[in-house]
Amino acid sequence: MGDKNELNRHAGGAAIEGETPRSPSASEREWEARVLQPTLEKSPERQTEFTTVSGHPIRRLYTPADVADLDFEREIGFPGQPPYARGIHPTMYRGRLWTMRQFAGFGTPEDTNRRFRYLLEQGQTGLSVAFDLPTLMGYDSDHPLSEGEVGKCGVAISSLADMETLFDRIPLGDVTTSMTINSPAAVIWAMYLAVAEKQGADWNKISGTIQNDILKEYIAQKEYIYPPAPSMRLVIDTFAFGVERTPRFNVISISGYHIREAGSTAIQELAFTLRDGMEYVEWALRRGMDIDEFGPRLSFFFNSHNDFFEEIAKFRAARRIWQQATRERYGAKNPRTWALRFHTQTAGCSLTAQQPYNNVVRTAIQALAAVLGGTQSLHTNSLDEAWALPTEFAATLALRTQQIIAHESGVTNTADPLGGSYFVESLTGEVERGAWEYIEKIDSLGGMVAAVERGYPQREIAEASYRYQMAVDRKEKIIVGVNEYAGEDQPIEILKIDESVARRQNERLRQVRAERSQEGVSRRLQALRHAAEGDENLMPHIYDAVKAYATLGEICDAMREVFGTYEEVAIT
Amino acid sequence: MAEKKIRVLIAKPGLDGHDRGAKVIARALRDAGMEVIYTGLRQTPEMIASAAAQEDVDVIGISILSGAHNVLCPELVRLLKEKGVEDVPVVVGGIIPEGDIPGLKEAGIAGVFLPGTSTQEIVDFVRKLAQQRHSQSANP
Repeated sequence: MGDKNELNRHAGGAAIEGETPRSPSASEREWEARVLQPTLEKSPERQTEFTTVSGHPIRRLYTPADVADLDFEREIGFPGQPPYARGIHPTMYRGRLWTMRQFAGFGTPEDTNRRFRYLLEQGQTGLSVAFDLPTLMGYDSDHPLSEGEVGKCGVAISSLADMETLFDRIPLGDVTTSMTINSPAAVIWAMYLAVAEKQGADWNKISGTIQNDILKEYIAQKEYIYPPAPSMRLVIDTFAFGVERTPRFNVISISGYHIREAGSTAIQELAFTLRDGMEYVEWALRRGMDIDEFGPRLSFFFNSHNDFFEEIAKFRAARRIWQQATRERYGAKNPRTWALRFHTQTAGCSLTAQQPYNNVVRTAIQALAAVLGGTQSLHTNSLDEAWALPTEFAATLALRTQQIIAHESGVTNTADPLGGSYFVESLTGEVERGAWEYIEKIDSLGGMVAAVERGYPQREIAEASYRYQMAVDRKEKIIVGVNEYAGEDQPIEILKIDESVARRQNERLRQVRAERSQEGVSRRLQALRHAAEGDENLMPHIYDAVKAYATLGEICDAMREVFGTYEEVAIT
Repeated sequence: MAEKKIRVLIAKPGLDGHDRGAKVIARALRDAGMEVIYTGLRQTPEMIASAAAQEDVDVIGISILSGAHNVLCPELVRLLKEKGVEDVPVVVGGIIPEGDIPGLKEAGIAGVFLPGTSTQEIVDFVRKLAQQRHSQSANP
């Protein structure tokens, strides 16, 4: 034992918690004694401890001793085959590149429609809609609480008329669309499906993703409307509707992105996201659904932060955990249920307002980590996003960053280029074990809904976020241009959205309300309220209301009347 | 005589739920010995002004990341005046374009803090504002 501690100290500080004991080879021990030790005596290292951005300790050197216990076939394997550590497709990016999907939305539906068509012309391969806060909260643009927020951090959508304008001249049969919408996801999805139908696109063939992940709203992003139980019911309603009617649509994007943005560590992001995924599976199973029917339609969404190897390890561990959970916990038989597919967005919270051009470099490194981690689609942030929504120039540069990685860097030539690295494999294992510990803790609290109601994940994230801020304030973590290497900044051009957007939106809403059949709307909202009181699937009722041009606010209000609203107990 | 404890109201106006910054600041002010009242999410300017008047706070800190600052900040200042508590200074932090800062200051905002500000800088600024207010009320 004494011998082991001694070696661990030599190999990079104190023994790492949760680490399996290492047995270095004779040559490694000799290197330590003859080469390393004299060097350390002459020139000590810069820090006593080296950690990831999440505070996870990293050793000085990784050698075969760190992966001695690793079973190659069982734990690493081959791409396209369990445990999917090396990726979900046998040929990975040799077969098909990831989808370059830039999140965009601002102002009126016309403004965003123009940006979408521009991005498609620039070679973007999928759409991703950002909605404004009133839309995300289920309020129409003319609601009093919408004042000042219309079109500001996304596009304003209040009725089917807005959705028709948003996708004008964009064939939904050919393009896939991701929609970042959660509490009102069922309503916005119904609007999308109605536009697809009007365009003559086949629901059996259209594809895309609704985020629809309410659990991470309670945990991190806080854009919830209803209490957890009716919210979960709505999610499972969309699962059931999707399985039957839109077999190629991803009915959920279970998201760690926002958990990380709220200040979590990489392990917390991974654990809370995957435990959220398990919660949805359990609710759907309780509804009597077959995991191998809806399982392949679940997708995931992770953050890619600054710490390059920690992120790659996180993505690889995610696939291993999900395949184990779906097989062992839920008995899934379909390999498409086992394989975790995910979207990645580079870390918005890592962008700095100071020296904004540095953000291009950060984003490139983060995007590269996502690609080396085997992402299926990717959004790269724009350099100006610590100030405002991106200008067209900044958004184009962000897209070019992906294109350079895809076509110039050479990293797409082989599957999982870092597989087998002593460091990456060790870190993947540590991140995976750390995540399972959290998952088991949440199991012991009675599942994720129960854990959220007790504020458990919220508190863990707030702690991590504060710890990180203190480390930055003490300069234990350096942010270039902020707490070190600061200097005068050149101002950059910024996208401005003025209050005329709200006026134009409100005018359109007035017109929609004047032109529709009021009786038809009332009747469908009444049917929706009635259905909400019972337990039938709400999607068909929502779809009917949407098609009659009932507004988002009216539909959400109908459900507010039945379900009530949720208020969290604020933790600081 | 013991120095009066500084009381700060931290609030999130508007529809945005991104509360990481508000929570970190609330905790940093508390760790610096101040009394912090956190309103929680989705407070209208009206609710914040009422809370400030009722709680007799020395400083109000609001966090806005959604781009609604040019509407929400002047509205809060107006309501504070209406309630007769215009002497309570308001500081705002969040995603705020530099070009908007002069307008916000003109509207009566005492300080604007952008991403990357250290918590110490904010603690010092809030303490200074509170001390100014205490000394003003001590010497009318």
